[in-house]
Amino acid sequence: MLSISNLHVSVADKPILKGLTLEVPAGEVHAVMGPNGAGKSTLGYSLSGRPGYEVTAGSASWNGQDLLDLDPAERAAAGVFLSFQYPTEIPGVPAMTFIRTALNAQKRARGEEEVSAPAFLKLVRAAATALKMDFDMLKRPLNVGFSGGEKKRMEILQMALLEPSLLILDETDSGLDIDALRIVSEGVNALRSSERSMLVITHYQRLLDYIKPDRVHVLAGGRIVASGGPELAHELEAEGYDKFLPAAA
Amino acid sequence: MNLSSRLDLNDVSSFPTRRVEEWKYTDVRRYLREAPRGGEPFAVGHATGPFGDLGVHEQVFANGHWLLQQASDPVASDGNQLHIYGRKGLRVRPDVPFVERLRFVGSGGGGWQSSAGITVGPNDHCVLLESYEGTGSYVGNVALNIAVLEGGRLDRIVLAESGSEALVFSRADVKLSRGATLNQTILTTGSKLQRLETRVIHPGENVEVRLDGVYALSGAAHADLTSIVDHIGPSGQTSQLIKGVVHDTARGVFQGKIIVQRGADGTDARMGHHALIASERGEVDAKPELIIYADDVQCAHGNTVGTLDESALFYMQQRGIPADEARALLTQAFLIEVVDRIEDEAAREVVREWLEARL
Repeated sequence: MLSISNLHVSVADKPILKGLTLEVPAGEVHAVMGPNGAGKSTLGYSLSGRPGYEVTAGSASWNGQDLLDLDPAERAAAGVFLSFQYPTEIPGVPAMTFIRTALNAQKRARGEEEVSAPAFLKLVRAAATALKMDFDMLKRPLNVGFSGGEKKRMEILQMALLEPSLLILDETDSGLDIDALRIVSEGVNALRSSERSMLVITHYQRLLDYIKPDRVHVLAGGRIVASGGPELAHELEAEGYDKFLPAAA
Repeated sequence: MNLSSRLDLNDVSSFPTRRVEEWKYTDVRRYLREAPRGGEPFAVGHATGPFGDLGVHEQVFANGHWLLQQASDPVASDGNQLHIYGRKGLRVRPDVPFVERLRFVGSGGGGWQSSAGITVGPNDHCVLLESYEGTGSYVGNVALNIAVLEGGRLDRIVLAESGSEALVFSRADVKLSRGATLNQTILTTGSKLQRLETRVIHPGENVEVRLDGVYALSGAAHADLTSIVDHIGPSGQTSQLIKGVVHDTARGVFQGKIIVQRGADGTDARMGHHALIASERGEVDAKPELIIYADDVQCAHGNTVGTLDESALFYMQQRGIPADEARALLTQAFLIEVVDRIEDEAAREVVREWLEARL
């Protein structure tokens, strides 16, 4: 279970999250929706330990393990995966090399046996085929010159291979056309399991037509101001975020 | 070639001060105020250098003394001087290059200098695998005189790891004839003070020159890659890519000068120097110079000094790659572009492994 309690986070001394409390039980998919500037991306970065996102109060744990105590790579090894809104380009490092390095680093950190090159090649071929990805793309430097859709597919491919237990999807639908959105969503849905939790951060309800959440939370003014079932997303789509803004102020 | 301006360890008056523009960033007099005592020769195991047993021949200088037992055919020796000749009388370039290892090994605290000549005959193809090795606080000064005759090609690949206490100076003067090719790649981890200098007389006329380099420095290492290419004839090509990374209090120096003389029309010269500073107190000094007296030339230079991309670092860590490993991987990816430009596959792989082991 992901357990966030009274989380306060500042960026460059400016408070962004102001007492956020949220729980995501194992196996559930929760959506966090909110207006621009509400702190949605900050939530993802804080949970994954991005430098510059300073936790000033509160706690966050995953399956009982204090996340805030770990460096970003340790959090990844503990199962945390942040799918970036804008995946970073890594010049000079072929995608395959990158993913294998990451996978084996995580395995090392967990005391597991590393994956050999031939075994990895088999895994990656199967995963790429499932996502309808051109295998040659994996020989190119990670994300360099990739389209928005290709970058998101590459994120899903990494998820499938790294098998994280906590998935944080930050605006995964941004920059995707409808076909890419479907493929990416199918990739995410294929990863749903009783042990894996997902936090789907999104501005629009559209993504939630494809990735159906168990619960929907509204993030405004740095905290969760409302929670409900999937119908809350439709309500927000119809009425906008306005009615939650005074509550947050 | 201006021999009088060469550094001579026996002549204190030849030690440049920082007021000499060309030596502004590499302060010889700070460490060297008197002529160092002569270093004694010592035994060096065959094929124990960074290139291992790649190639056929090996020539070794130990504290400046040429080790006679290493003699092989295409060599003439005169005390501390050596001249290597490639194959003669070739009408067409052979498929297999002539590969020669040339090692300068220093030890102890003495001073020494040595010189070697390399002549690549007409249409010959030589691969020179040159290394600077050693430990101790020695002072080494190497002079190389290289000639690539008509239609000849020299691939000069240099690996320099001369120890953190040594002062090492090397200068190669290269003369190229019509249709000649020089492909040079220098990789160094620096020394207490180290300068690896290349001067090329470029006749134009279907001559191609590539002068690449990598410095990967840590601790208090100092490496200075200086080059001068003098285009004296028309339609010559020069391409240069230097990349470096400095950690701790290390200092990297790049001085690249390309001169296009009057009449050297149609010259195509490109120079790039890109460095990463990976610490608060690391330093990079870059002085790219293009001096153009001719018309109708294409010259370009790019120079950047920066730090590793923080967002890329975080992305890699988020995927589980520990920070140090992420930095090394990004640094390696940054530098490897230079290594990828080495044509000789066997040498390229040795160089790649050498570099990866030092990041």
